[in-house]
This record gives sequence, structure tokens and C-alpha cells, in this order.
Amino acid sequence: MASQKQERRLTFLATALPPIGWVVVFFLAPLAIVWAYSFGQNVSLTEVDISGTFANYARALQPLYLGIFLKSIFIAALTTLLCLIIGFPVALAIVFAEERWRPWLLLLVMLPFWTNLLIRTYALIAVLRTNGFANFTLEWLWDQGSWLMTLVGLEPLGEFTPMQLLYNNFAVVFGLVYVHLPFMVLPLYAALDRIDKSLMEASLDLGAGHLRTLFSIVVPLALPGIISGIIITFVPALGAYLTPDLLGGPDSQMIANVIERQFKRANDWPFGAALSFLLMYATFAVIALRAYLARGKSADGHGI
Amino acid sequence: MSAVDQPAPNGARAAAIKPIIGFRNISKRWGSMHAVDNVSLDIEPGEFFALLGPSGCGKTTLLRMLAGLEVPTEGHVLIDGQDMSDIPPNKRAVNMVFQSYAVFPHMTVADNVAYGLKIDRVPQSERDNRVQEALDLVQLGHLASRMPDQLSGGQRQRVALARALIKKPKVLLLDEPLSALDAKLREAMRFELSQLQQKVGITFIMVTHDQDEALAIASRIAVMNKGSIAQLGTPSDLYEFPASRFVADFIGSVNMFEGTLISDKPEEATVACPDLSPYVVHVPHSVAGQEESTVWVAIRPEKMSLHKDAETPPAVSKCPAAHNVAKGEIKEISYLGDISIFHVMLANGRLLRISRPNRSRWDQDDFTWGETVWVSWDGSSPVVLQS
Repeated sequence: MASQKQERRLTFLATALPPIGWVVVFFLAPLAIVWAYSFGQNVSLTEVDISGTFANYARALQPLYLGIFLKSIFIAALTTLLCLIIGFPVALAIVFAEERWRPWLLLLVMLPFWTNLLIRTYALIAVLRTNGFANFTLEWLWDQGSWLMTLVGLEPLGEFTPMQLLYNNFAVVFGLVYVHLPFMVLPLYAALDRIDKSLMEASLDLGAGHLRTLFSIVVPLALPGIISGIIITFVPALGAYLTPDLLGGPDSQMIANVIERQFKRANDWPFGAALSFLLMYATFAVIALRAYLARGKSADGHGI
Repeated sequence: MSAVDQPAPNGARAAAIKPIIGFRNISKRWGSMHAVDNVSLDIEPGEFFALLGPSGCGKTTLLRMLAGLEVPTEGHVLIDGQDMSDIPPNKRAVNMVFQSYAVFPHMTVADNVAYGLKIDRVPQSERDNRVQEALDLVQLGHLASRMPDQLSGGQRQRVALARALIKKPKVLLLDEPLSALDAKLREAMRFELSQLQQKVGITFIMVTHDQDEALAIASRIAVMNKGSIAQLGTPSDLYEFPASRFVADFIGSVNMFEGTLISDKPEEATVACPDLSPYVVHVPHSVAGQEESTVWVAIRPEKMSLHKDAETPPAVSKCPAAHNVAKGEIKEISYLGDISIFHVMLANGRLLRISRPNRSRWDQDDFTWGETVWVSWDGSSPVVLQS
């Protein structure tokens, strides 16, 4: 018996140690180092003295950085809200689509995942820039409108001025929604697909209209999926770096861009580390909130 | 068509009363699949009606078209004389108990039951009274504040019943109401459902594939097969006077013999069945068939009797000798307590099924395995079927 128990322990160690080692060496240890840096100060170009100071955190909470923090939270929240508003009908449509179409529709949602984020973002630039596809389309519509005006004997519309669609907050939110939509649609789809369709039919049968059924039955039952979708959209959106960097203007930088600048151009690792950890605490707070909201619900299998 | 235009044997009463439900030439197709094929049917107020048939016969589709959850490809549904073609499900005066019960998992029992009234904007005080009333009706008054996941299957079904009945529908629709319950509970709920129907006085329409269930509860049954109504009638009509081989076979068990109609006179008809040869089947009435045509003779197991010797059978039935008898060997006896089922093998290998009630605690006749016996039946027992 004893040898069997020992053998089982060996098996456990043999299978568990490599991944645990991996996590410790490549995730926890670097994280700990960065965490330690956040309590230090630069002494030379390459050396950091970990003195236990809170100066970095104090600086991070100055209005300038706090403002960027709050703005990042606002942009991430707006992105999440837009993803929810766009993603919910999409997920609902896929759930109610014919059986044979469903895998293809899901594939369409996931397809962008298989393309590099950088390439997708540059593609978006090609669409949104001054002489991009969006403005071409607008110009064509403008010309048609102009032609129609002359047709009915009115003054033409005049010269088309391309819209400034890039390098502003709009472009950042647009890009973030584009990138994060699948994160929202997939958990929503999973939650909606699990709802017994006869519950919606029962609601209709009892006299409720479609809208009432949506808000009294579908949304409450899909709530765990909605919350999951919100979390896994909000968290990466809050830490987005590439999208605001490439699509944003000078005033639309997010916290990740500031952090990047501290580590690279400013060479202020301690301050960058403090900002990073503030971002991480914010993320933890959101996840803790989600766990708090979902407490006791996982028992009936609705949680993710 | 026949269901409406030609009343069933008992259908004389149908003519006087205005039907609460009318299906008029209803068809439902999905692509090339005919789920329901030109069905016309009237259901009277106060009936406990059953749509009975094997899975895929279109019975559930018919029920769902009545509720408005499915749109007919052709034809009209009438509820209380009103055409429902353009009426969505939430505006129809019928309510449904779903097969899965569809009790809202995120609401208490009371909130589930109150759901329909909230939509109808019934004031709170009246709503509370009616919820309590409805819950008491299904004996769930004490569980009003429970969540559905704390209820048993039978209790959930009662919630679904109360939730539908509280709306005071003109017709209550039940989709396989008992299929998810265990055998003992099912038996009890059959009785309870018919009690409930009498108490509330609403027309109930039930879909089921279980013929025992339909026979036990329903006042009238439509047997469906491949999207059409095979036969419409009371339980005893369907059992004793099946109109086709499908109905005879689907309802109860039956011994069926293919044969040729030898003679068909007003006072008697005879059928020669190869399986029963050299004996012939004799019935003391005309079967309104064409002589020399192929017909089928159906005899219920309990309408056949067993004898030890050849002398007894002709005395039982008042018909010429060598009629309505068969000789065979007992192959199998299933003792079921109240009855025993005998499987008797005829000379050509054909098995007959005969049931006998065990009236005495000591069986006097004492039939046993391998015994050679005579089987006989009364002239009124066989049903001669032409399709």
C-alpha cells in the first residue's frame, strides 16, 4: 500500500512540477522582480536601488497620471459597453441561426483571432485614413448626393473634405471594439446557447412580447455569460497598448503607453513598475467584483 | 377531412356544440418533409382531448401551431371560432405546459406563477390572491417561495400547470406532460390531471406517445400517423373498433392475420387466413368488403380463450365447426400477477398472444409449457380491417 501511495505521489510530482516550475520561473519571479522595482529608485543608467520608497506610487497618483488612468478606464468601459451592445444581438442571431450555419458564423467571429494584431491594426489604418476606404465611400456618396442635387435643379454640394477618422479617441475606441468584439461574442454565445429555448417559448405563451421576454428571461439567464464577457473584454481593453499607439492621437494615449514609455524612452523602471502594478490592482479589483457577484451561483453551473 | 365531415360512431353529439378549437386543412412542411399533412379536426369545449401517435407523427407540431409557436404552411387554426393566422402566441387564449416544464429557473415558484399576470398588469393584491389560489389548486401552496432547483420533477410540473392555468385560458395544452416522471408518479398524475380538468372545467389537449396514458385520461383521442389523423374516437372506439391495421397495432396489443375475404353477406362474413388454415374466421355481420379482396383480421389477446381439448371451442362461439379456432403449443407463459400472457405457437410457427385473468389463486386449468392447446374466440371478437 505504502509503495502505491509513494508511486502516486511521484506521478503527481512528475506531472505537476514542470508547469509549476514554468509559472514560477517565467511568470511569478519576473513579476516579483518588477514588484520589487516599484519600491526602488534609479541610481545610475542601469542600476536600481530597491530602497522601499513609496515615491513611485505617490507620483503615479499625481493628477497627470491619475487622469490618464481614469481616461483609460473610461475608454475600456466604453469599449466594453459598445462590444456588449453590438455583441449581444450578434450572439443571439448565431444562437437562433439554422443549425448548419452556426459553425460558419462562429468561424466568422473568430477569424480575426487568427490574424496578427499588428496586421489587423494596419488594415484598420488603411480603412480609416484620410485617403482610405471609409473616406472613399463617403466621397462617392457625397458625389452621388451632389449629382442628385443638380438633377433636381439645386446647387451642388461643393468639394468633399475627407473626414479625420484616424489619430483621435474615436479611432482608439473603434479599434478596441474591433479587436475585442470576439471576446464578448463568444461567452455571450455560450451563455445564450445554454438557455433552454422552451423558456422563451413559455414566456411568449404566457403573454410576454419579444422585448419583455428578452429582458425578463433571456438577459437574467445569460447574466453569468454577460459578466464573463464584460470582464474578458474590459481587462485586455484596459491594458491595450498597440491600438492606442497606432490609431490614437497625441491626446489619446492610454496607461499602457505611459508604462511603455517609462520602461523604454524614460528608462524609469521603478516608476513604470509602480504604474504596472496599479494597473494590475485595478484588474484584480474587477475580477474580485465579478467573483463577488457570482458567489453561490457556480453551484448550479452557470459560472465560468 | 373525414374527421370533420363524417362523425365517428359516437360523433352525433359533436354536431350540436360549437367547437372551441378548429383545425382547417392544416399542413406544415419543412422543405420536403410533411410534418402535418392536411389535418382538419374539431375539439369541443370541456373535452380532455389527446393527440396520440408515435414520435415524428406530427402531434407536437399540431399542438405548437395551436399555441402559435409554429406557423402552418397551409390552413387555418380557429380558437373559439376566431382565425388565429395573424395572432402571435402571446395574444392567444391558450396556454401550454411544456414537455420540459420550462419553469423559469431564476424566479421563485410564486414569481413563476405570477409571470403571466404581471404581463397582464393585474394589480398586486389580486395577483397575490390568484397566485395563492392557483398554487393551492396544484397543492403547492406551501412551496411558494422555493426556487425551482429545490423542487422535484413532479413539483415542477405542478408549477408549470399552475402558471398556465392562472391565465384562465380557453384551452390548456399539455406536451407529453407525464413523460419525464417515474412510473409510479405518472400513474398518480394521470388521475390528478383528469381530476384537475374536471375541477377547472377547461378544455385540455394533451400530446402523448403513450397509448395507456391516452386511454386512461382522454375523453377523445386522435391517433396520428405520418402527419395525418388515422382515427378519431373515444378510447373504447379506438380499442374495440380500430379502423386500420396501424390503429389496431398502435393501441393495445393485437393478433393480426392477413387473409382473403371469402364471403360477405349481411348476416355473416368469412375470412380465410393462411396462418390459421385449415380453420377460417367467421364474424356474424357484414364487413362491407369486396369478396376475394385481401383483408386483415385483428383479435385482441384477452378476447381469445384457451382450451385443453377440441370439443369445447365450438360451444363457446355460435358458429359452424372448424371456425374461429386454432391449434397450437404453449411456448411461453408470462405471469404478471393480475393476468398471465400465453404465447401459443401455431403449426406454421406463427405465435399468438393470449391473455387470461388470474381469477382464482389456484389455477384449475393449469396450462403449462409445451402443452398442446386449442385457442378459440367469439364471432364478435375479430375486427376485419381493409387497410
